[in-house]
This record gives sequence, C-alpha cells and structure tokens, in this order.
Amino acid sequence: MTDAPPTTAPLVALKDIHKTFGAVSALRGVSIDVQPGETFALLGDNAAGKSTLMKVLTGVYQPDRGSIEMDGKRTEFPTPSASRDKGVEMVYQDFALADNLDVRTNIFLGREPQKNILGPFLRIIDRKKMEAETKRVLERLDIPINPRLKVKRLSGGQRQAVAIGRALAFDARLIIMDEPTANLSVAKVDKLIEVTQRLKDLGIAVIIITHRLDEAFAVADRFAVMRQGQVVGRFRVGDVTEAQVAHLISHGTLDDYVDTGSGIPEDRRKIGSTSSIAVVGSMAAHGITTNGSGS
Amino acid sequence: MSLMTENIKTLLGPAELKEESLSTKVKRFVGDYGILIFFVVIFVFLAVAAPNFLTLNNLVNVVRQSSIIGLIALGMTFIMITAGIDLSVGSVVGLAGMVFAMLAPASGGAFWLPLIAGLAVGLLVGFLSAAMIVWGGILPFLATLATMAIARTAALVITDGQVVSGLSGPAEWIGSGFIGPIPVPVIIFLLAAMLCEFVLGRTKFGSHVYAVGGNEESAKKVGISTGRVLFTVYLIGGVTAALGGLVLTARLDGAAPVAGTGYELQVIAAVVIGGTSLFGGVGTIRGTVIGVLLLGIVMNGMNLLGVSSYYQQGVQGIILVLAVLLNRWKSD
Repeated sequence: MTDAPPTTAPLVALKDIHKTFGAVSALRGVSIDVQPGETFALLGDNAAGKSTLMKVLTGVYQPDRGSIEMDGKRTEFPTPSASRDKGVEMVYQDFALADNLDVRTNIFLGREPQKNILGPFLRIIDRKKMEAETKRVLERLDIPINPRLKVKRLSGGQRQAVAIGRALAFDARLIIMDEPTANLSVAKVDKLIEVTQRLKDLGIAVIIITHRLDEAFAVADRFAVMRQGQVVGRFRVGDVTEAQVAHLISHGTLDDYVDTGSGIPEDRRKIGSTSSIAVVGSMAAHGITTNGSGS
Repeated sequence: MSLMTENIKTLLGPAELKEESLSTKVKRFVGDYGILIFFVVIFVFLAVAAPNFLTLNNLVNVVRQSSIIGLIALGMTFIMITAGIDLSVGSVVGLAGMVFAMLAPASGGAFWLPLIAGLAVGLLVGFLSAAMIVWGGILPFLATLATMAIARTAALVITDGQVVSGLSGPAEWIGSGFIGPIPVPVIIFLLAAMLCEFVLGRTKFGSHVYAVGGNEESAKKVGISTGRVLFTVYLIGGVTAALGGLVLTARLDGAAPVAGTGYELQVIAAVVIGGTSLFGGVGTIRGTVIGVLLLGIVMNGMNLLGVSSYYQQGVQGIILVLAVLLNRWKSD
C-alpha cells in the first residue's frame, strides 16, 4: 500500500468483510477506510463487489464476517436507518426521487418534519420548515432551485443536487454516491466535480462508486480497485496512471503490466475530465505496489 | 432529453426562469381549472334553464344522491394515487349493506353494533385485496377483480339470494334522517371528505401515498414502508365503500345482495373526472368531490329538464373523455 497509515482514526473502516450469496462469494475479505472529509473512489467492473460492499456499509446487507468501525469504535448497521442515524447517506444512481412531488417533499421524503396541531396524536407535516431547510441545503451546494418546483421539471444535474441535498439535510458525515455521472450529460460532470469539492469544504467525506477512471481521477483523493470480491489495489491519486489502473481492473494485478503507450480503452475515459491528463503525465515515474490479496 | 436542450437549460439557469408561451399558460390554466370551470358553467346553465334546480331543497338532494358514490370515491382516490385500483367496491357496498341489514333489526337499540359489523366487512375485503397485492404480488386489477367476485358471492350466499328489508328506526336514520336542514348522508359524506382531504394533504402518510404512486422504488429506497402504505389505502377503500353500503341500505330501508353492482365504474369515472391519474402519483380529494358533484348535477339537471334517462350513461361517458383530455394539460 502506498498510502501512509492515517494518524487519526478513520471516519469509517470496513474490516475484512465477507459476504456470500448462496454459492457466490460476493465479498472475500474486503477492507477499506475513509478519512474524515476525504473523497474516496471505489473502482471496479460490474460484479466486482462495489455495490455489495456499499450495501453492507448502508445496512442493507449484513456481512457474514468482518466488522465496521466509525471513529475507531466498532459499530453495527442492522438496518438502513441505523446507518443513516450515524450520518451515512446514500445518493443512488437513479437519485431515488419521486417526479410527481416537489423538491422540498423529495428532500424530506420518509423523514418529514412534523408539528403537533392537537397534542402529539394529531401531527401534520411542517412544510415551512421543509422549505426553509431545502433552501439552506441547496444554498450550501450553491445550486439554488425553487423548493416548490416539481422534480419532473428539473434537469439531470438539478436532480442530483436534490439527491445530495437530501443527504445534507440530515447532517451527513459520509455520502456514498453510486455511479454519480451515469445519469448526467457530459456538461454536468464538471458540476459534479465542483459539488464534491464543496462537500469536502464542508468536511463531509464522500465515497464514489464508479467504473470510470477519469471520474475517479478527477475527484478522488484516494481510491481502491476491486475485482471479483477483493480489493486488488489502493492508491493515492497521482501515484498511478489511468492505464495502470485500467490494467488492474481487468487483470487484477500489475505484475504483468507493460506500458504500451496505447493508453486506456476509450469507454473508460470518455466522460469528461481534464485533470486526468496531468495525472497521466506526471506519473509513470512513480513506483507502485499493489496488494494482490486484498487484505 | 437531448444534450442540446440540456445545455440550453444550463445556460438559462433554474427551470423556473424559463419563459412559458401564452398558449402553454392557457393550456395549463384550462388543464388545472377546466373541470371546475365546466362545473360552474353547467351549474349556471341549469340554474337558468331548469326552474327547480336552484332551490335549497334540490341542491341538498343532489348532494344526498351523490353521497354514496362520493363516499366510495374518497377511498378510491387514495388507492388510485398509489397507481392501484379497487374493483371490489361495488360488491363491498352489497355485502356490507347486507350484513348491516341482517343485524340491524336484531340488535334493537344498539344500532352501532351492526354499523361496526358492516364497516368490519369493508376492512376484511380491503385486507384480502391488500394481502394479495402486497404479499402475493398480484396486480391490483386482478386481485380486486377476485375480491369483487368473492364479496358478491358472500352477499348472495348469506341470504340465499333474498332481499332483506325493514331496519330499526335508528339504523334507518343514517339514510333518511336530518340534522337541522341537512340530510345525515350529506353530513357523513362531507365529514369523511374533510377527514380524507386532511389526511392526504397534510400528513406524513398522505405524502407517502403520493410517493408510492410516483415512484415505488424510490419510496422504498428512502425508507418508506411501501407495503404498509398500500395496505392502508386498500383498508381505507374498504371502509369508505362499506360506509357507502350502509348509507345505501339505510336509505332504501333494506338490502339486496346485488346492490352496488357496477358502482366501481361510476366511482372510477368520478375520480378520474376529478383529476386523479390512473397511472398514480396525481390527484386530490377536493378534485374527486368536484368530479362526484359534477356527475350529480348533470344527472339531476337532465331529470329536471325531462331528458330521457336513456341518455344518462352516454353523457357520463362524454364528460369522462372531456376530463381526460383536460387532464393532459395539467401543469406539472
């Protein structure tokens, strides 16, 4: 591993997570840790185990073996709401919005603030509070949207902002974004980079699940590469080239990597970042090591 | 959405800054208020054309005649907003009314006992539908087609197909009594409508009903118990249909096992005319009330004007088509 052992306790650490579905080993001893305020990318092809790992972290799945620590203390997420109560929020690939409802209702969907009208037995939704809070979180993201607008009238980027705002409204400490650019046009990817930077400024850690290298290189501080249920490499951005990581994703090891200069498969780099070019340029010099076994 | 329009939107900023053309604005207005306008136009026309229309007596009568379909339509609105449907309501009217009529004479003074039994029948049928839909994964149309048949059979079997007549005084009061100048069925309908409007419009549960209808998967992901929401709406639908059955039985001072046959289609028509979408996610109780009352004044007006009753269903059909066309122009 090239990343130095952290001096402070990680915000979240998943340790030696195993998960089996019938005969299929989805996770075979996976360990990752995320520092407070850090942007961490989880790279890998389909079926590498990225989503399963995140479902363990969000309390959707229970691991067969292994443990979860927050702030250095062992914890358990038996349900999704237990994980959310600890400040772990998920932004789904499809954003999980209801088109027929307005922005403020979507932000608070399932967790609506209520006020008593006739004692605690007759309670109604506190729309004023929802509206004020919605304005506040969208301002924090610097993406003003009218809270009363129906979501069906929003663009892809605005929808994503609402989905992220949903996490912010409940004091998230860690936001997991599942394939955040899958539903965005090229023009919106730069906005995503801006948004993750803003989350970092707010001290919120982000895990980005992606199979796009350029996306990971553009926004992440560190990343882990997963393949067939294991972590096959952990790097700090700048320590490796996109070509090397692409090789790692498809082969699971860098031992047989040869720099052909031909670069990266087109489909992995298409979506828009500019910063990765600098990364590619600066890195071949760096030595890299991988831990092929995962943990 | 093409890349081009996406980029143009970015340039224009938030969606609400978009300029809407005048024709779009007119369409939106007609889409949002068309049925209400139509209601007012018909109302004014009848007030002028039918001499007895605009009397307190007649108007109260219209609401009373509409109250049974109206009660059933309240529950149907909840169900249709979740993108469901309940075909069993007509049979629930028959079965709940029958149970009520059979118990009413026997219970003597305690007329609330048969009332509760009748409502429990509605809950039971609603529960059966919901169990098939939520636990069995059966489409609402098919599940409630089954409960429609089962409930009707039950109504026929328990009386061997016979009519039951002669309720005790207090039970009859629900159908033909008055509180001041207002008939009891009207009071029941208006109170139920206000309660439903409140629940759907102001509470957390109401908000979740819309969310389930708009995007069930998203609702699940944000932690809404969609099964519980669906169960609740079919229970509400069962209770309001049973309440309709009780009022009908009380008004007729008796119950026939085939009572309420075909009501489901009238109710669905009224709810759709009131602006609820069959695809779910859209609709209001006040819209449903207007839809029910619109059909009510049209039928009443045709009677007053001496139009043959043969035309009534056809006119209902035309209004339905008109309403569906107007709903397309609704603002988002």
